[in-house]
Amino acid sequence: MILKPHLEDVKIIGFYLGKIILGLAFTMLAPLLVSLCFGETNPALDFLLGIEISVLLGLLLIKICQTDKDLNWMQGMIVVSLSWVVAMILGAIPLFLSDHWKSFLDACFEAMSGFATTGLVLVQDLDHLSHAHNFWRHFIMFLGGQGIVVIALSFFVRGFSGAFKMYVGEARDEKIMPNVINTSRFIWLVSIVYLVLGTLALGLAGIFNGMKPVSAFFHGACIFMAAFDTGGFSPQSQSILYYHSFVYEIITMIIIVLGAFNFKLHYHLWMGNRKELVKNIETRTFFATVIATFVLVAVGLAQAGVYPAALTLFRKGFYQLISGHTGTGFQTIYAAQFVRDWNPLALSGIIIAMALGGAVCSTTGAIKMLRIGIIFKAFKEDLKRIIMPERAIVIEKFHHIREVFLEDKLVRGALMITLAYIILYGAGALVGMFYGYPFLEALFESTSAAANVGLSCGITNADMPVVLKITYILQMWAGRLEFMSVFTILGFLIARMEGK
Amino acid sequence: MKKIILTASLLILFGLMGLVPAISAQAPTSSELIKYAKQYDSRIITYSGEIIGEVLRQGEFVWLNINDGENALGVWVDAGLVKEVFLAGSYKTRGDRIEITGVFNRACAQHGGELDIHAQSLRKIGSGRIVKEKLNVDKINLSFILLGALLLVWILTLFKHK
Repeated sequence: MILKPHLEDVKIIGFYLGKIILGLAFTMLAPLLVSLCFGETNPALDFLLGIEISVLLGLLLIKICQTDKDLNWMQGMIVVSLSWVVAMILGAIPLFLSDHWKSFLDACFEAMSGFATTGLVLVQDLDHLSHAHNFWRHFIMFLGGQGIVVIALSFFVRGFSGAFKMYVGEARDEKIMPNVINTSRFIWLVSIVYLVLGTLALGLAGIFNGMKPVSAFFHGACIFMAAFDTGGFSPQSQSILYYHSFVYEIITMIIIVLGAFNFKLHYHLWMGNRKELVKNIETRTFFATVIATFVLVAVGLAQAGVYPAALTLFRKGFYQLISGHTGTGFQTIYAAQFVRDWNPLALSGIIIAMALGGAVCSTTGAIKMLRIGIIFKAFKEDLKRIIMPERAIVIEKFHHIREVFLEDKLVRGALMITLAYIILYGAGALVGMFYGYPFLEALFESTSAAANVGLSCGITNADMPVVLKITYILQMWAGRLEFMSVFTILGFLIARMEGK
Repeated sequence: MKKIILTASLLILFGLMGLVPAISAQAPTSSELIKYAKQYDSRIITYSGEIIGEVLRQGEFVWLNINDGENALGVWVDAGLVKEVFLAGSYKTRGDRIEITGVFNRACAQHGGELDIHAQSLRKIGSGRIVKEKLNVDKINLSFILLGALLLVWILTLFKHK
C-alpha cells in the first residue's frame, strides 16, 4: 500500500527549499559586484531583479512553511531535486533579461547546463555578452560543481541531521570528514585554493599570450571555474580556440584532470599520502580507459587523415578526448568538425569516453570510474570462478582509500546506476533520431547532455526543437543527481495521486 | 562535332559545380569554411567580419579573432600588416570590421592543427564604435515594485511574530 504524503511533508520540503533559495540569492551578489566593477548598468539591474525575486520566493516559502522538524530521507531527496529545478529557473532570470537568449526556455537550458556542469550553450552573440552575465555563467558551474546543497550546508546551515540526506541526494555518498558539514567545507577549501592557483596560472598564460592583465585574469577565473568543475563554458564563442595557445591547453588539461579526481583522493594527497594516487581503483581505471579510448580516437583520426602530423593528431585528439572523458566539454575544434572531419570510429571513442566520466565525489558526471572499476573486478572474479577448481574460494578486493572486499551489494549498485545511465543516453538519442538526426550524432549529443559533458557536434543550437531542449534539460538534471533524488520526486508525485 | 564537344564540356562543368554546390569562390562565410574545410584547404580566400575579444600580439605576429556573424575564426597576421590600433568587439564596443585575404588551413601545421587563416593582406572596411548603455526604465520600475513586495513580506512577518 502506498502512503499518501501529508501536508506536513510539503511544509518541511518548502521550508528547506526556501533556505536553499535564500542561499542562491546570496550567490547572485557576486555577479552584481562584477557588473559594478566593470560599470555595466543594465546587467546590474538584471542581477538586482534576480536577487529580489529569489529573496521574495525564499522568504515566502520559509514563512508559509515554518517548521522546526528535521528532514527524513524522502524529504531530503525531494528538497535536493527541487532545489536544482528552482535554481535553474531563478538562475535563468538574469540571463534572460540580458536579451542574449531567444526564449526563457533557452535561458533555463543554459542555467541547467551551468549548474549541472554540462557546458552545452544556447547563448546568442556570446562575444558581446557583459562581464557580469559571463561571470554568472561560469560561477553557476562553480556552484553546481561543488553542489548547490553543499553550498547551503557549508555556509547557511548550522548542523542538522537532515544535512546528510541532502548531501547524498546530490550524488555525493562519500564522507571525507566525520560529518557532512565539515566535508562540504573541505570541498570548498580545496576548490578555493585551486581557484587562486588556477586563476593565477591562466591569467599569466593569458598575459604571455598578448591579453591585457584585467582581461587575462577575468578569463583565467572564468576558465578555471569551468575547467575545475568540468563544466566547459567559455567567455568567448570559440571555446579554447580563442586563445590560440598550447600553454593554455596544457594548463586547462591539468585543471580538468584535478577536477575529475575524487575530493577524498585530494584530501589524502593533501595529507601527504601520495601512494593513494597510484593504488586507487579510480585513478587506475581512469588511466586504463583514457588509453583505451584514445587508441580508438587516434586510429579513427589516422584513418580520416585530417591531421597528417602525429603531434597534431595527438594534440587535437587527446584534448577533445580528455575534455570528453572528464565531462568538461572544452573544444579546440569547431562543433561541425566532429561530423565533417572526424570519422565514426574517432567519434565513437569520444562517445565512450564521455559515457564513462571521472571519479565519484568529484565534479564530473556520467557512470564514473569507481563503478567501472567495480564492474571490471566483478567480471574478473567470475572468470576466476570458472577457471579455478570448484572448491576454491575466490575473493576479489580493490583499493579505494582502504582495501575493500568486492561484495554482491556493491556490484549490484554499480550495475544499476550504469544501466540507468545507458538507458538515459539511449533515450536521448532516440528523441534526437525522432527529429531526423543521424544515429551517431544523436547519440553523441545525448551522451554529452546526460553525462554532463558539453561537447557538441552541432545539434545543440537555439533553433533545435523545443522537445529536444526539454529532453536535454531533463538528461542534465537526472545525470547530475544520479537518479536517486529524481526517482524519489517521481515516487512522491505518484504517492500524492494514488496513495491512501 | 563541335556541338557535341561544347555540350559535353558544359555538362562536365555543371557536373563539377553540382559536386561542390555551396563553395563560393570569392568570399566564403565561416560556416562554409568549416563545413567545406577539405575543399578550401590551402586555397586563398577572402574573409570579412568584426574583430572580437582582443588583438593578441605575439612577437612579430598577431592573432585576430574575426566573427562574421556565424562563427569566429582565428586569423594569423604579420604585425607589419596591422598599421593601426584596432577596436575589438565586446559588451561595450562594436569592433572594427576588416576584410582579409589569405591562405585557409583546415588543420594548420604551424598552429597545432588549428583551422585558421594566414592573412596576406588586410583592410578595414568599417569602423567600430563605443556602445552607450541605455538605462532600461522598465527594469528599474520592476525592481522598485519587488522591493516594495519584499518590505511588505518583512512587515507581515513582524506582525506575525507579535
